[in-house]
Amino acid sequence: MSTDPFVLEVNGQSHEVADAHPGESLLRVLRERLGLPGSKNACEEGECGSCTVLVDGQTVCSCLVLASTAAGRQITTIEGISGDDGLSHVQEAFVDAGAVQCGFCTPGLIVSIGSLLESDPDPSDLAVREAISGNLCRCTGYGRVLEAVHLAATRRGGST
Amino acid sequence: MTIATSLEDACAALAAEPGSLVLAGGTDLMVEVNRGSRSVEDVVALNRIPELAGWHLTGDELRLGAGVTFAEICDPEIAALVPALAQAARTVGSPQIRNAATIGGNIATASPAGDSIPVLAALDAVLELRSAEASREVPVTEFITGVKATCLMPGELIEAVRVPVLDGPQEFCKVGPRNAMVISVASLALLVDRSARRIRVGLGSVSPMPLRATQAEDHVSGHLDWDNGVPPRLEVVREFAELVASSASPIDDHRGSAAYRRHAVRVLAQRSLTRVLNRVSSS
Repeated sequence: MSTDPFVLEVNGQSHEVADAHPGESLLRVLRERLGLPGSKNACEEGECGSCTVLVDGQTVCSCLVLASTAAGRQITTIEGISGDDGLSHVQEAFVDAGAVQCGFCTPGLIVSIGSLLESDPDPSDLAVREAISGNLCRCTGYGRVLEAVHLAATRRGGST
Repeated sequence: MTIATSLEDACAALAAEPGSLVLAGGTDLMVEVNRGSRSVEDVVALNRIPELAGWHLTGDELRLGAGVTFAEICDPEIAALVPALAQAARTVGSPQIRNAATIGGNIATASPAGDSIPVLAALDAVLELRSAEASREVPVTEFITGVKATCLMPGELIEAVRVPVLDGPQEFCKVGPRNAMVISVASLALLVDRSARRIRVGLGSVSPMPLRATQAEDHVSGHLDWDNGVPPRLEVVREFAELVASSASPIDDHRGSAAYRRHAVRVLAQRSLTRVLNRVSSS
């Protein structure tokens, strides 16, 4: 059994979802039906943050969003973070600071940090720690992630 | 499954299937759905209903729509009106969870560890319940009747929460293994109500239902110098903390022992009273 078809606005494009199961999460629809596997699936209970996306500009765990209730909202995934002109400031800073190890948490971290820098362009360490408190990384120890955020903030400030 | 776009729609859907479960922020319900332990066939989704969003202030009463998120409650405007509620909101999950989770959902889930519950109990919050046929109002302390049990009738939903804006400092403290993403092991809200010359105390995670430490409230309220703000003797603060601890009825579980929880609320009581009294005497 599947739900009535619904339309999701993802990264500026409309996608009709015609075959989702009734309880299907936004994360599953993104990964398995829309060909957007950048958002990662780990805990499926809102703890790890690896599935973080923006819905109407706010970070949420896409595993906890019932996909059909997200119709009409503007959804941005990690695939929509980088523009046609290449990586975002946050993505570049992650590469340069070596803030990526296994990489599984990286898409969620990039989305959370991008959202933080939109509202707080020069965040304190405390603000960064709070902003990424819902993104678990078991490799880096967060040291280089913090470095990357400050690097991105500096470059972002320099380019505007 | 119904995705309601108005309160009327939602009530009609709930009336048609009175056993339905409502979906608000999804942060509790979707965990069960993802595990495969709950179907969404009988779910009415409320997250697209404009009437449940937003808040307004009438006189000294704040009315929060049930769909107001914890991120919204952290907003400085609400934090200035109900500081302890904003402090509690800030301890909920992570930014991602606070952007989705709603105050109505926290109340209806009725977990003893619900972070808003001790604050709402201390505020004597009143819930506006609504169904297709009727509306009624129930204090939060009567609404929650046990662990994850409420007096919500089939076909009913929470429309809004009303709380008073009190004159006086407020504190919310929560104990857990880390600062973020934790379910409370013990929590406490302490509010100063200058006009009623009363200290109000709500406890979390130490009883099946919302709990007010009324004996402790009576004791300390009578011992405070409300006119001059002279701090009470340390003995009064200790007696207060002891009465708060004895009002708790905690259990042993995987998050903490009953003895630890009782000790924790004793410490939180003493700490939060000291903090608010410092602010009373310095203002």
